Amino acid sequence: MNAEPPKDRFQSPQEDSGPSYLRAGHTLRSWLLTTDHKRIAILYLFAISFFFLVGAIAAALIRLDLLTPAGDLLTNDGYNRAFSLHGIIMVWFFLIPSIPNTFGNFLIPLMIGARDLAFPRLNLLSWYIYVVAGLVTLYVVLGGGVDTGWTFYTPLSSVYANGAVVAAILAVFISGFSSILTGLNFIVTIHKLRAPGMTWGRLPLFCWSHYATSIIFVLATPVLAITLLLVAAERLIGIGVFDPDLGGDPLLFQHLFWFYSHPAVYIMVLPALGVISELITCAAHKRIFGYWFVAYASIAIAVIGFFVWGHHMFVSGQSFYASAVFSFLSIAVAVPSAIKVYNWTATLYKGDVELSAPLLYALGFIGLFVAGGLTGLMVAMLAIDVHVHDTYFVVAHFHYIMVGGTVTAFFGAMHYWWPKITGRMYNENLARASAIIILVGFNITFFPLFVMGYEGMPRRYHVYPEQFQVLQVIASSGSALLALGYLLPVFYLGWSLFRGERATANPWGATGLEWTTSSPPPKHNFVEQPVVVRGPYDYPLAHPASRDNG
Amino acid sequence: MSGFFPWQPAASAYGRQIDLLAAAFGTMVWLLAIPVFVLMAVFAWRYRRTREVNRQNRPNGNVWVEASWSVIPFLMILVFYVWATSLYLDLRQPPEDAVTIDVVAKQWMWKFQHPEGAREINDLHVPVGTPIKLVMTSQDVIHSLYLPALRIKQDVVPGRYSTLWFTADRAGAYPLRCAEFCGADHSVMGGKLIVMEAADFAAWQAAHNGNGALSAAERGARLYRTSGCAGCHDRTQEGLAPALSDIFGRQVVLADGSRTRADEQYLRDAIMLPNKQVVAGFRGIMPSYAASFSAEEVADLVAFLKSAPSADGRIAQP
Ligand code: HEM
Ligand SMILES: [Cu+2]
Repeated sequence: MNAEPPKDRFQSPQEDSGPSYLRAGHTLRSWLLTTDHKRIAILYLFAISFFFLVGAIAAALIRLDLLTPAGDLLTNDGYNRAFSLHGIIMVWFFLIPSIPNTFGNFLIPLMIGARDLAFPRLNLLSWYIYVVAGLVTLYVVLGGGVDTGWTFYTPLSSVYANGAVVAAILAVFISGFSSILTGLNFIVTIHKLRAPGMTWGRLPLFCWSHYATSIIFVLATPVLAITLLLVAAERLIGIGVFDPDLGGDPLLFQHLFWFYSHPAVYIMVLPALGVISELITCAAHKRIFGYWFVAYASIAIAVIGFFVWGHHMFVSGQSFYASAVFSFLSIAVAVPSAIKVYNWTATLYKGDVELSAPLLYALGFIGLFVAGGLTGLMVAMLAIDVHVHDTYFVVAHFHYIMVGGTVTAFFGAMHYWWPKITGRMYNENLARASAIIILVGFNITFFPLFVMGYEGMPRRYHVYPEQFQVLQVIASSGSALLALGYLLPVFYLGWSLFRGERATANPWGATGLEWTTSSPPPKHNFVEQPVVVRGPYDYPLAHPASRDNG
Repeated sequence: MSGFFPWQPAASAYGRQIDLLAAAFGTMVWLLAIPVFVLMAVFAWRYRRTREVNRQNRPNGNVWVEASWSVIPFLMILVFYVWATSLYLDLRQPPEDAVTIDVVAKQWMWKFQHPEGAREINDLHVPVGTPIKLVMTSQDVIHSLYLPALRIKQDVVPGRYSTLWFTADRAGAYPLRCAEFCGADHSVMGGKLIVMEAADFAAWQAAHNGNGALSAAERGARLYRTSGCAGCHDRTQEGLAPALSDIFGRQVVLADGSRTRADEQYLRDAIMLPNKQVVAGFRGIMPSYAASFSAEEVADLVAFLKSAPSADGRIAQP
C-alpha cells in the first residue's frame, strides 16, 4: 500500500493566483453576504451537517427505544414524533440538498470553467430560504413535534394528527423553493457558462448528473408544494380535497405526493452517482468505460423516474392495470442504474488503481447501492410487495439506497474534494479506517431489517413482538458502530484544517478542470479563462509500472 | 422448504408461492450482485498502483457489451415480472363462493362481522380450507390489514371498500397487524387470525351467533326501516326511487348514460354521496346520510341489501 499522497502528475499552471476564496475577507459579514458559490457551498455544508446531526439524534433515540419490545424509553406518541422528525429532517434537510447544494454548488462552476453560477444572488437567496425552512423545522422540534411520518398521509395529517403539522408542512414547503432556485441556477449555468471548448461531450459526469437532478428539482418540486398547501388548507379550513367525509379522496393525496417524492428519491441518488463516477475514474486513473452511456443513464433515470410513483400504492386500492404498468416501469428504471454499476466496474479493469479512502468509499457505495437497488426490484414485483410493503424490508431497502448510497457518496465526496475545498490533506489511514467502519456498521445495522421485514415486522412500530428482539438489538448495536464511523471524520478532518499537510493543486493526479486551479481556489476560480482541449477523463494511457505483455 | 428460512412457513398455498417467488428472485439477485462485488474487488486489487501488470489495450467502451449487460438482466427480470404479476392478479380475484366477512377499522381496533351474526374485535376466526373474502372499510384514517402468515395485506381506506381474500390451509393462530401508520397506538393495533378445523369452527360459531346477536343483514334491515329508506324505495311504481330488492351485483344505468355494477362501493356511495351517481330516470332527491351513519352502520345496510332479493320489487323485511 502506498500511504503517502501521490505526487502531482499534471502540472497546475495557476498556482499562486492571489488570495484563496477562504481568505478573501474574514468578517462574518463577508460570509453571510457572499455571492461566491464556493462560500455559499460552505454555508450549506454547515447548515446541512447540523441537520444531519439532529436527524441522527432522532435515529439514535429510535434505535435505543427499539432495544426492548415494549419500547421503554419513549411513549407511543414520543416514538411516533421521533421517527416523523427523523424522516422529515433526513429527507428534506439532508438527503435532498446534501450533495447538490454543497458539492454541486462548489464544483459545477469549477468543473465547467466558469467564474460563478449564473445567478449568484439567487444562490445566496436559496441558502437563506433553506435556513428559514430549517428554523421552522427547529420550531417544530421544540414545539413538540409531529406524528404524521414524513409522508403526511391524509386524512391522518389533515384531520386526526396532533402536533405542529401545519408548521412542519410549512417548513417543507419553504425548503422546496430553495430546491427550485438551485435547480434553475444549475440548468442555466451548465447551458450558458461553459468555458470555450467545454462541449457536452467533455462535460464531467458529475455535471451531467446534476443537470438531470436539476430537471427533477424544477419539474417535481412545485407539485409537492401545491399538494402540501392543500393539506394545510384542509387542516385549517376543511376544503375537502382529500378527506372522504367531505367528499375528497385520500388516494389522490398519495398520487400527488408520490408524483413528487418518487422522483425525489432520484434527486437524492443521482448526484451521488455523479460523485462516484468522478471518484472511480480518478482512483483508477483511467477514462470511464462508456462515457455516453453513463451520461445518458442519468437523464434516463430522471425521465423514467417520473413514471413510477404508483409503485408506492400497490396495496392502496389503485387499479390492477395501474399497478401492472407501474411495476413494469419500475423495473425499466433499473436498467440505467445497472449500466452505471457495470461501467464503474469495467472502469477499474486495467486501471492504475490507487487504494485511497475516496476509492474505498466509492466501492462501499457501489456495494450498498447494488444491494439497495436489487431489493428495490424485489419490492417492484407486485406480489412480493404486497407482503413486504410497509414492513422493515422496505425500511432496509431505502436505507441501503439513501444512507448506503447518498450518505456514503457524500462522505466520499468530502474526502476526495477536501484538499480542493480546504487546501489541506487529511490522514489517509484514519480515513480508510472510517470507510471500512461505516461499511461494516451499516450492514450490521440494516441487514437484519430485511429479515425482520420478511418475517412480518411492520415499520413505524414502537411496540413490537418479542420474536424480533434479537435482530433489533443487533441492528441497534450496529448503529453505534455506524455512528462511530460517521463521527471519526469529524475529528480527523477537523484536525487537518489546522495541522494537515498543505495540499497541492492536484494531489490525486486527476484530470478535471477543478484541479487546474490552486487549492483552495482563488475567489474567481481561474486567473485566466480556461480553454478546454481534452475530454474530462483523459488520463495518460498507462502508468509507468505497466508491462507491455503478460 | 421450511427450516431453511428463519421465518415461519406460510399458512396458505398462495403464501407458499410467494415464498417460492421471493426465494427464486432472491437467488437471482445474488447471482447478479456477486459478479459485481467480486470483479470490483479483484480489479481494484490486481490493478493497484504499485503493481506491475499488463495495462495495455485498455477498453474505453463497447456498445455490444453495454447492450448485453442491460438487456440480458432485464429479460431475466421480466420473467419474474410476469410471475409476480399473475400472482397479484389472483389476489385481486376472489372466488365466487368465498365467505364474506365485513371489516371496519378504526383507531385502534379491528372490528369483524361474520355473515351469520358473530362479531369480534381484533381476533378473526376462520375455518381451514374455506375461501374467505374480507370487505373492509375504515371509520377514520387509512389502516392496512396485514396477515404475514399468508403474505398478504391491503390498505383499508375511509370512504372506500377494499377487499382481500385468502384460503388458509393450516390450523393455528397467526398474527394480524396494522401496517399503515395510523396514529398514536398504531403499533398495538392488531390481534390474531385463528384458523380452525371445520368442526372447531362450527362449535365456535354456534357459541357466538346465538344469544340474541343479530347478523349484519338483520341490523341493516332494522336501520333500513328506522331511517326511513323504505319511505321512498318501496314506492318505485311512483317513480320516487329505484327498487332495491335485488340490487346487489346488478348493472345499473346512470343518468349520464353510463353503466356501473352495484358492488359494495357503489351502494356505500349511493348512501353517503347520493348525488355522485344518480340512477337514470330518477331525480337526485335523496339526502346524504354521511352525517348520520357510521362506517359500521353503512356496512350493515350494505349487508342487508346484498341479502334481500325478493320477487315483488318491494324489499323483504323481517
Ligand atoms: C445512522 C443510523 C440510522 C438509523 C439507526 C436509522 C434508523 C431508522 C429506523 C429504525 C427507521 C424506521 C422507523 C420506523 O419505521 O419505526 C428509520 C426511518 C427512516 N430513516 Fe433512518 N436511520 C438512520 C439514518 C438515516 C439517515 C442518515 C437517513 C437519511 C439521510 C435516514 C432516513 C430515514 C427515513 C426517511 C425514514 C422514514 C421515516 C418514516 O418512516 O417516516 N435514516 N430510520
Ligand atoms: Cu391502523
